[in-house]
Amino acid sequence: MKISFPIMGNSYLAFKQLVKDLGHEPIVAPLPTARTMSLGTMYSPEFACIPFKILLGTYLEAIEMGAEVIVSSGGHGPCRAGYYGILQQKIIEDLGYDTKIIIFDSFAKTYKEFISKLSWLIKTGNKSWWQLYQAFKPTWAKLKALDEIELLSHDIRPFEINTGETTRVYRKCLELMDEPVTKPQILEAKEVCLKLLKDIPQDQSRVPLKIGIIGEIYVLIEPFANLDIQATLGEMGVYTERAMNLFHWLTENTKVSHQEKKIIKAAQPYLREKIGGHGINSIGETIIYAERGFNGVIQIAPFSCIPEIVAKGILPQVSQDHGIPVMTIFLDEMMGKAGMQTRLEAFVDLLQQKRDYKLA
Amino acid sequence: MKNAYLGVDVGSVSTNFVVMDEKGEILHDLYIRTIGQPVNAVQNGLKELGKALGKEVKIRGVGTTGSARNLSSVLLGADVVKNEITAHAVAVSQQVPNAQTIIEIGGQDSKIIIMRDGLVTDFAMNTVCAAGTGSFLDQQAARLNIPIENFGELALKSKNPVRIAGRCAVFAESDMVHKQQLGYSLEDIVAGLCEALVRNYLNNVGKGKEILAPVVFQGGVAANVGIKAAFEKTLKTEVMIPQHFDVMGALGCCILAKDATRNSQTKFKGWEAAEFKFRPTSFECHGCPNMCEVIQVFENDVVIARWGDRCGKWSNASLSTEVS
Repeated sequence: MKISFPIMGNSYLAFKQLVKDLGHEPIVAPLPTARTMSLGTMYSPEFACIPFKILLGTYLEAIEMGAEVIVSSGGHGPCRAGYYGILQQKIIEDLGYDTKIIIFDSFAKTYKEFISKLSWLIKTGNKSWWQLYQAFKPTWAKLKALDEIELLSHDIRPFEINTGETTRVYRKCLELMDEPVTKPQILEAKEVCLKLLKDIPQDQSRVPLKIGIIGEIYVLIEPFANLDIQATLGEMGVYTERAMNLFHWLTENTKVSHQEKKIIKAAQPYLREKIGGHGINSIGETIIYAERGFNGVIQIAPFSCIPEIVAKGILPQVSQDHGIPVMTIFLDEMMGKAGMQTRLEAFVDLLQQKRDYKLA
Repeated sequence: MKNAYLGVDVGSVSTNFVVMDEKGEILHDLYIRTIGQPVNAVQNGLKELGKALGKEVKIRGVGTTGSARNLSSVLLGADVVKNEITAHAVAVSQQVPNAQTIIEIGGQDSKIIIMRDGLVTDFAMNTVCAAGTGSFLDQQAARLNIPIENFGELALKSKNPVRIAGRCAVFAESDMVHKQQLGYSLEDIVAGLCEALVRNYLNNVGKGKEILAPVVFQGGVAANVGIKAAFEKTLKTEVMIPQHFDVMGALGCCILAKDATRNSQTKFKGWEAAEFKFRPTSFECHGCPNMCEVIQVFENDVVIARWGDRCGKWSNASLSTEVS
């Protein structure tokens, strides 16, 4: 079967391989562009958030390429994302397509459904559970490698001597990571990419400002949705770290890692309820960034995202108590790069002045 | 000849110039309407300044700000290009050193800047709505046939300002028309509009910010005494309008340009840049479905800058690269 999946950062390279290993034909939708956005916006409810619109656009582009099934993940807690798959399915049906969307929700809460959906995928691909297990290992390795490469690119960018070079090398790395299939091949390609990045000419005498980027997971991870905020800041000479990466999210959701507990605990003095999405995380992460000596925090969220709106309301107090400046940027399809650029520049100036003043 | 610095702020409605000497004294300022043609506005201003000062001063540094800061920087050869927030804050910390809150309302955007001990600690800009900015006031003044210069005076005559829904520019206009048809007096409506715009500003741009005195009010709209009075009434504190309220961004650029050129030569192209033939053009890149609109600026048939592409293919390309 022709199977497609959402585009979120660089993860498509790993999911592409997983679909292939399960005996299906992967359909990789193009990376989101202005066209994706206008397709998505045209068929979405106006007040749906930007992840919904970009994902719907991606699904429609995948359908144009012949996708018969789209596999995606659900959400949990009081965030609209939990219903998005169902709504997107209805929109796709109304448009006259018979493409099916299969949503995998949290395994712990829906394990029966989870297994029956998985077994359907295996059966239709003429594979066995053992083969799934075998296919899973290189996918996991690839996701982990892709995360490592991306993180290194963010570490290096503020030091690059030729502006834009890290981004160019990183794009080449993504091409290199598309080829390897087995785990040893993946690890080998990863080493090549890490070396390529490390070989970028750098000026290590710089002392970059450090900004933590927090907020809603999709806009955090997909650079198209956040107008390339990390690369933009990196090219301004700022070190950035974002609160969530895909691999990290997967390890949390499969209970391999327990980082999240620490974050939620940090948020306790301000918020004790989980408010859906990653609202409570935004509070906890801000505190942790402050404790780690970061100079500032930028919260990015889809326009109208309730969990992040609640977090935004609490953040001024956190900012005051912990002495860390926080700026919020809401994103929607109307957001222009120029407005974002002005705010980022002004925020960086603010942090720079604050640091110079402290040192003086 | 005297050493001086040139600051230029090209905004949606006005293009402002300031020439400042080494001591920080303003030698000349200029406020002209952009009328949608930033290149002409910058060149006309430069020509006028050149005539007035060309023989007396030598420009040692140039700074640009405003929404056309990149464009004007290539036209002039700027030493520093700054965002509006920093430029305004820098000017205020020189002119009103103890200011704690800056309200800045320009043609199409409005900002709030929170200062403590001369440092910016927080800021916000209007995002989704331009109600309450200069262009809206301009438009309403024109509709009511009142010269914009008299708008504020008229508001001050009102005894009972009418409550106008100021959330959205379009609805504010409908509401004003409605109140007019009910027979309210013009000054009460105009005063009501001023209060509505101030309410809208404080609820949107100023939301969650700690507004402490001294409050400085600047930008083109600060010329409107009606808005000033409405701010004072709502904030219950005196609102200070600096002498050069309408060119503060440009003044900030002079100060920044002085800093930036302390150890270097200026890149200023000279007063004669007013006579150069600049031609900004655009083309759609077909490299991917983003179809970015790439802007390129020609100076006498040579490309001197390109921007507007998402991926950096054009802005990073060598300027001699042929464009199909």
